[in-house]
Amino acid sequence: MSGAGGFRGRHIVGSTAGGKRAKPTFKKGTFKRLIKTMSEYKVHLIFVLFCILVSSAAGAGSAIFLQILIDDHIMPLIGVENPSYSGILQVILVVAFIYLMGITATLLFSRIMVVVGQGTLKKIRDTMFKHMQTLPVKYFDANNHGDVMSHFTNDTDTLRQAISMSFPQMVSSVFTVVAAFSAMLYLSIWLAIFVCFYTVLLLAVAKLLVSRSGKYFMHQQTAIGDVNGYIEEIINGQKVVKVFCREDKVGTEFDSKNDVLYKAASEANKYGNITMPVVNNLGFLLYVLLAIVGGLLGIIGVSNLSLTGWNVMTVGTIISFLTLSRSFVNPIGMISMQFNSVVMALAGASRIFELLDEKPEQDEGTISLVNSVIEGDIRFDGVDFGYNEETIVLHDISLYAKPGQKVALVGATGAGKTTITNLINRFYDIADGKITYDSKNINDIIKSDLRKSLGIVLQDVNLFTGTVMDNIRYGKLDATDEECIKAAKLVNADGFICMLPDGYQTVLDGDGSSLSQGQLQLISIARAAVADPPVMILDEATSSIDTRTETIVQKGMDALMHGRTVFVIAHRLSTVRNADVIMVMEHGRIIERGSHDELLKEKGKYYELYTGVYELD
Amino acid sequence: MVKKLLRSVRDYKKNTITTPILVTVETILEITIPTLMAVLIDNGISKNDMTAVMWIGAALVLCAGASLFLGILAGRGAAVASTGFAKNLRHDIFYNVQSFSFSNIDKFSTASIITRLTTDVTNVQNAFQMIIRMGVRAPVMMVFALIFAFRINAQLSLVFLSVIPVLGLGLWLIISHVHPLFKKIFKSYDKLNRVVQENLHGIRVVKSFVREDHEIEKFEEVSKSIFDDFSKAEKRIAFNMPLMQFCLYACMLLLAWFGAQSIIASGNTPGLGLTTGELASLITYTMMILMSLMMLSMVFVMIIISRASAERIVEILDEKSNLVNGDNPVYDLPNGSIDFENVTFSYSDKGGKPVLDNINLHIESGKTVGIIGGTGSSKSSIVQLIPRLYDVLSGSVKVGGTNVKDYDLETLRNNVAMVLQKNTLFSGTIKENLRWGNEDATDEDLIIACKLAHADSFIQDFPDKYDTKIEQGGVNVSGGQRQRLCIARALLKKPKILILDDSTSAVDTKTENMIREEFNTGIPDVTVIIIAQRILSIKNADKIVVMDDGCIVSTGKHDELIKTCEIYKEVYESQDRGLGL
Repeated sequence: MSGAGGFRGRHIVGSTAGGKRAKPTFKKGTFKRLIKTMSEYKVHLIFVLFCILVSSAAGAGSAIFLQILIDDHIMPLIGVENPSYSGILQVILVVAFIYLMGITATLLFSRIMVVVGQGTLKKIRDTMFKHMQTLPVKYFDANNHGDVMSHFTNDTDTLRQAISMSFPQMVSSVFTVVAAFSAMLYLSIWLAIFVCFYTVLLLAVAKLLVSRSGKYFMHQQTAIGDVNGYIEEIINGQKVVKVFCREDKVGTEFDSKNDVLYKAASEANKYGNITMPVVNNLGFLLYVLLAIVGGLLGIIGVSNLSLTGWNVMTVGTIISFLTLSRSFVNPIGMISMQFNSVVMALAGASRIFELLDEKPEQDEGTISLVNSVIEGDIRFDGVDFGYNEETIVLHDISLYAKPGQKVALVGATGAGKTTITNLINRFYDIADGKITYDSKNINDIIKSDLRKSLGIVLQDVNLFTGTVMDNIRYGKLDATDEECIKAAKLVNADGFICMLPDGYQTVLDGDGSSLSQGQLQLISIARAAVADPPVMILDEATSSIDTRTETIVQKGMDALMHGRTVFVIAHRLSTVRNADVIMVMEHGRIIERGSHDELLKEKGKYYELYTGVYELD
Repeated sequence: MVKKLLRSVRDYKKNTITTPILVTVETILEITIPTLMAVLIDNGISKNDMTAVMWIGAALVLCAGASLFLGILAGRGAAVASTGFAKNLRHDIFYNVQSFSFSNIDKFSTASIITRLTTDVTNVQNAFQMIIRMGVRAPVMMVFALIFAFRINAQLSLVFLSVIPVLGLGLWLIISHVHPLFKKIFKSYDKLNRVVQENLHGIRVVKSFVREDHEIEKFEEVSKSIFDDFSKAEKRIAFNMPLMQFCLYACMLLLAWFGAQSIIASGNTPGLGLTTGELASLITYTMMILMSLMMLSMVFVMIIISRASAERIVEILDEKSNLVNGDNPVYDLPNGSIDFENVTFSYSDKGGKPVLDNINLHIESGKTVGIIGGTGSSKSSIVQLIPRLYDVLSGSVKVGGTNVKDYDLETLRNNVAMVLQKNTLFSGTIKENLRWGNEDATDEDLIIACKLAHADSFIQDFPDKYDTKIEQGGVNVSGGQRQRLCIARALLKKPKILILDDSTSAVDTKTENMIREEFNTGIPDVTVIIIAQRILSIKNADKIVVMDDGCIVSTGKHDELIKTCEIYKEVYESQDRGLGL
């Protein structure tokens, strides 16, 4: 008496709970794609690079400033009677000017990076959402909603820090490193080569740490998606949790997911946090090694090669070199620290690209319905369908609905009624057979045109946050207030809407919890009514509406259905009895068809389903 | 607010305290190392003394090793402390949400709770980690640098004090402008989450109305408002770094100006005034202060961002359930009788027209009661008072002769099973979902309950039977199947009272009949309350309650009501006609 498979959803067998589990490795090419995303800010970025250069140059200027001040301006004045400070003032003013430029440059690049960073984030969010809208219904069935939401917040957020802070710091550090290294070459090529080798070692260690933290950051983002998913599902069903006193159980399960997140996050941060001290202190080691090597070279008397040519390794050279090694290693430490926020961003980006790589719904349809007169003739010809290949839920369905006919689908729950309607609007594609719409194969019709011509009221009411008026207008975005009210009146929703505190302007929360289920159904019917489509599908559209109201609604519904092809799924005879043809379904097959009177006479399944009560009496 | 948050540190207190100590020692070592370096140059390299180089070098390596060791310990400690703190925060928020009553739940949107549990907690976690690491390192560094500077020349070092007002004013301006922006930003985050969530749930509606573009427009609007506000906030924060640079550069120039004069006046003689070497050191310390200020500014930015987040978290932590056990709660619920005495109820306590008005109703234990009434006549509201999902405004609801407010909430709800109109299944197997009703139910118990709810037959048809996976929201079972699973789940509680709030609307008449039959024989002692649209569903009830507009119009048996109650008669006739028999 019941169906044998998944209905309206994804395959049951072997499904993965909670949707996709991201592998804890980055998607290939994530970095490149991220850079590509930012490519529209090329000009901004070039300007930023320039500003960073100015800013770091000004910073570096401080070192030279002191030397010049002391050597060229202070020392000559010592011992002089009535010294004139104008020279000093001049130098200070010049440096002040340089500093001012540096400060301005800092301000400029920081502000431009805000635009670049936030702009990129917005672009990523918008692209993701746009892409999400193109995905097939299957994707939404299979993926944990909270996890998908996490892409828009937690994953996108990882990029913010990386773009607006880490990027400029890394660039400025790179400048400093390059400057310091050139200066080193200028002093001693031997020692510079030594530093080179050491740096390779340093980077190897840093890479090891960063790749470790990278792995855990990926775990962290996956875990946070999982936690997000769990929260979303539980908070959404919070009232059920309360009714079943499952607060503790749910809490325990949350704790275990929370713990997974904690472990990943703490590991990621551990490796992230120790990068800086490791690199820093290895820098001190370099200092000592340089002192020893330099000292030895000096003592042995090796002739020194520098960019200026061969010369003697003096004590002064070694001292300068040692000082330089500090300004060489410090920024490397900075870079390796920033690397952590970069790998975290890559972890987020990797998940984002995973969403963007989901295959969109295919639409190979070419026939437009826009300018054609739609008759509303729908035929199924030997249609087989299964949500997955193993389980076929619809077998050899053939039916036709002539223009203006009302076709009712009845049958025990799970017989495959909703599935049929899901095929007409192509939420899923059939395995075998053919569905035609006005003699055109529906696969050849442009999907959006096809769907626009079908008005659907679904079993589960989904309204959107906004006013009642907005929700009705959802059926036809350019409908006037009058049109919406007319539609509401038609389905008898006007009465209760006017009783609401703000009438049509009453704001509904996400799940419309302030209204009863029946009222929500009325609004969703009004929404379909305002769309005025040639074909309508009503799937248990009035199941939560009391029959007295339904009788009144029925008049409106009859008026609504007049002249349209209508598919009705309902348990109430009142809803289906005046249908032109009733299809009785069982186990994915049509077992009886005919008008109400004919079927009753037949005393078959239909008779049994709807009159069982009286027999029992 | 901070105090409230810090309560969540708990078992990570040790790390929270040791980390700053380790960081302090590490920082002091790090400040010492440059001094050693100077010694290395002065006493080793300059004098060409390789032994000295070796010795001092060894000392340096030792210091670096110690600093490395401390650094690693501190880094790990900070990681554990901050992520542990975040874990506890999430735990506390989630558990507090679990303690919420229905009216508390109605107050916060799902999307907003989600943002608070993830984005906001992450912000606070980052700020916390920064505070116990950089927030310690920077001041220690600054204090030491200042001490050294003042020891060299106290008079000149007063220059540092002169920039404090500028710095203070600047920071104050930034904070006061940015904080409100962040408050707004996180509200937009809620909205963003909500739009995404609504689209995920309602994708079938979006797609069937071909409203993808409309939704994208809606999303982009929120996305843009986040972009606008965040850009505005960050652009203001961008003043932070230049401000610090300005102050420090100013100090440096002032030092150079006055320092130069002092050197020249004293003839570069130690003791008389400043020397060139001392000036160089002063400038070095200034650079150190600059470094620590930069670090502080990073901490500062994190604090600004997380302050708004922290407030949002505390808002949830502060929300206390308005439905709590009274003193000496009753743990024994004798029977399934129900009494409503002069009950008035409203969802908001602000007044307005009450949803239920002066309800009086007595239901004997073990009876079956049907409730029928128009759409929006408060049928659901009346039954939600029985398991105390909401509290009455006035009057009292008694179960088993005791006021529901006097029961232990869990006792009450375990004895009053309710199938909500908007029933939800959770992702997991059918078995797991059913065991929500009773954790310890055996497989046989499950089958018995499912047979009662007439769910066993279709479950047996699934390839995986009771181990069949239910997708989130139960999208892979049909509406009627979902309803029957929900009934079975409620039955597993073995309740004394069972409430079905329009729970068979998607079940066909025949099956519904069979379920009712099963109930009559299977659970005869349970008080069953059925809210229904179909007269057939409740026709045989011991008592039928007819409701209209928040009031009970009439009660009685079917045969009586058909004669006495106009509304009932009308409903009956509309359906009888519908049957066409």
